[in-house]
Amino acid sequence: MNALKRWLNSDVGYSFRQSPTAMVAAGIAFVCLFCSVFAGWVSPTNPFDLATLELSDARLPPAWMEGGTTKFLLGSDDQGRDILSALIYGSRISLIVGLASVVLSVAVGVGLGLLAGFKGGWIDALLMRLCDVMLSFPAILVALLIAGVGRALFPNANESLAFGVLIISISLTGWVQYARTVRGTTLVERNKEYVQAARVTGVAPLRIMVKHVLPNVMGPVMVLATIQVATAIITEATLSFLGVGAPPTSPSLGTLIRVGNDYLFSGEWWITIFPGLMLVLIALSVNLLGDWLRDALNPRLR
Amino acid sequence: MAFKLNPLVATLAAALALTAVSASAVTLRVGNQGDALSMDPHSLNESLQISVVENVYETLVTRDAKYKLSPLLATSWKQTAPTVWRFNLRKGVKFHDGTPFTADDVIFSYERAKGDGSDMKSYVGQFKEIKKINDHTIDIITIAPFPIVPELITHWAIMSKKWCEDNQATKPVDRRKGIENAASFRANGTGPFRVRERQPNVRTTFSRHGNYWGKVTGNVDEVIYNVIGNDATRVAAMMSGELDVMEPVPVQDVDRLKANDKLKVLQGPELRAIFLGMDQKRDELLFSNVKGKNPFKDIRVRKAFYQAIDIETIRTRVMRGAATPLALMLPPQVNGFAPDLAKRLPFDVEASKKLLAEAGYPNGFEVKMNCPNDRYVNDAEICQAVAANLAKVGVKINLEAETKGTYFPKILSRNTSFYMLGWTASTVDAHNVMYPILSTPGDGGRGQFNLGAYSNPKVDELTDKVASETDQKKRNEMIREAMKIHQDDVGHLPLHQQALNWAAKKNIELVQFPDNGMAWKFITVK
Repeated sequence: MNALKRWLNSDVGYSFRQSPTAMVAAGIAFVCLFCSVFAGWVSPTNPFDLATLELSDARLPPAWMEGGTTKFLLGSDDQGRDILSALIYGSRISLIVGLASVVLSVAVGVGLGLLAGFKGGWIDALLMRLCDVMLSFPAILVALLIAGVGRALFPNANESLAFGVLIISISLTGWVQYARTVRGTTLVERNKEYVQAARVTGVAPLRIMVKHVLPNVMGPVMVLATIQVATAIITEATLSFLGVGAPPTSPSLGTLIRVGNDYLFSGEWWITIFPGLMLVLIALSVNLLGDWLRDALNPRLR
Repeated sequence: MAFKLNPLVATLAAALALTAVSASAVTLRVGNQGDALSMDPHSLNESLQISVVENVYETLVTRDAKYKLSPLLATSWKQTAPTVWRFNLRKGVKFHDGTPFTADDVIFSYERAKGDGSDMKSYVGQFKEIKKINDHTIDIITIAPFPIVPELITHWAIMSKKWCEDNQATKPVDRRKGIENAASFRANGTGPFRVRERQPNVRTTFSRHGNYWGKVTGNVDEVIYNVIGNDATRVAAMMSGELDVMEPVPVQDVDRLKANDKLKVLQGPELRAIFLGMDQKRDELLFSNVKGKNPFKDIRVRKAFYQAIDIETIRTRVMRGAATPLALMLPPQVNGFAPDLAKRLPFDVEASKKLLAEAGYPNGFEVKMNCPNDRYVNDAEICQAVAANLAKVGVKINLEAETKGTYFPKILSRNTSFYMLGWTASTVDAHNVMYPILSTPGDGGRGQFNLGAYSNPKVDELTDKVASETDQKKRNEMIREAMKIHQDDVGHLPLHQQALNWAAKKNIELVQFPDNGMAWKFITVK
């Protein structure tokens, strides 16, 4: 409680209190996170437990429509899964995959970008050529390759390993953008007076990079990262469709949207609209939070 | 550099000339959920592949608009001895590159189709050799008397010997081993259409072959074959008028398209049987948590799986009624279908649990299931429903549903424990099910699609007998016996016969083959 109070009184905390957008976004993101983490308690049913599914319940409309039942508040999908439960469990998968892959690619991308921009020379050349190579392959292709190799190495992989492969394959294609962005800003920052001053006073290069340059290059990274969370969720859905992602028996948000798409024309809109709304909600709240965070952390705006 | 520029200019000029001509040309835009894996007619024995490629390549014998046998590259044939069939080849036929078609091409195509990497072995596996009598006459010698040679070879396409040799394509494209060659992307057949531009899994453009030997009843000059995997996108493209013909219509959208006054929906029973197969050969399953033994070797386990599947609910909910549950591995339209055997084991969860317990798996077990998600009507949905059914008897299915480009190479190399497959008896005769699906895998395409290696010597024996029996009544009795044995063995788990659903604009006349084939030469745009 004390820590929270201290945080609310800090600079960042103050700006948080001043921004209703940030508070609403944080609220929504918190609810989503909470539901995902405690899915087992929050969700009415476990949609991944195949033994509880009844195919005769398939494609029931939401409770308020004709033919709907209160058992399926938001309706059911093509396999008789409760959409509400599928949403909660699905956003858990999507959030884990999205957040984990973004965190991983930010860590790799920012680290390498900072190194390339700050050190320059052959390290810079080498890393940027590596980026060029990575960029010349479509992200899906690289992800497919990694997922394929992963599957060949562990043919009996269970689902959790499949998610590990997913996270690694998405982040391995995602880090390049961060590296590029960070290198660019670092090139600008490293010649500024404050860095030179730090150098003159004998601060170690690593400390300059982390303490002085890093905060100044994080602005664009934050924006990129928040956009990438949504992109990562979509990439995950694409990979799942190609058969290397989440198995269809434990659908993520993306899988739910894709499956539901097939039923748009036949009038069963709830199968795709609700997961779609959920994705928009998550992506929007994370984006808004990121936006606010960028402003709050930007030393130039302080 | 100047030397290199010249052909380019020539091509440009030709392209310009072509655009000028094609102003009045009839273009047909086809939409399909999947693509032919390659342009090689011997690389994959799959309905869609065959349907596309046979507009470019031709066979000796074909089926006409009424699905009756009719001559194509052969003008006539007759059985001159119990094991000898004489075929007279059509004269004056030229391949697209201008090379004349002769008996040498037939013999070359025979060697190619029966050789390494070919998926068409089951069509030519009954042959001992092909003898060249002269440039336009051949004798097909079969190993044993074989009464339905013409029916058997309606999907054995003839390629140009010279072209294949010039292009290092004498061996078929084999996606299982990752072998590609010139025949993957280019084609040189004798058919009414030639490949103009190919972008795999996106779009392939075909144009009418100007010097085609025969008369074409349709009026289509150019076919743009579009691959649109997403059901809703494909339906949207059809409704917005971007497509002229599309296949398949998702079952959930049939009513909507029917209600559209610019479109029509063509429906009919398909000859294809959808079924599940189980690895019954290996001593330990590749993908299961049961170690040291193979549960599928136990008939009680196979029966338990069968009885756990609620086929009726799959029919009503997943297929929306557009399917007929099957008890046999062939649909009623195929010769050899025995109505008295067409009774499924009852759907019975308790019986299934009991069988599993008797077999030593009271708590079930785990096994991976391979399934395509863009090949058959609602394939992945069916597999999910089956997985849910099996979960109720304690069997945990790890479902791997994937696009057919990765699915087929995997299961055709038998890298599976439990899989879904659909089979069309292209000869419209039960032998085409018994030989590739029910027989023990062996030489000459025998059991080539029996991917779980179900094996019963009695079925093998009957298959050989059926191949050479000419008395129709006796033959049907033998088919019946083999079907009964396979049914009692629960060699595969038959699911259903799916319905064909095509959509077309109202001004288009076309022929829907029961094997889901679409011959563009029969298509007329009014």
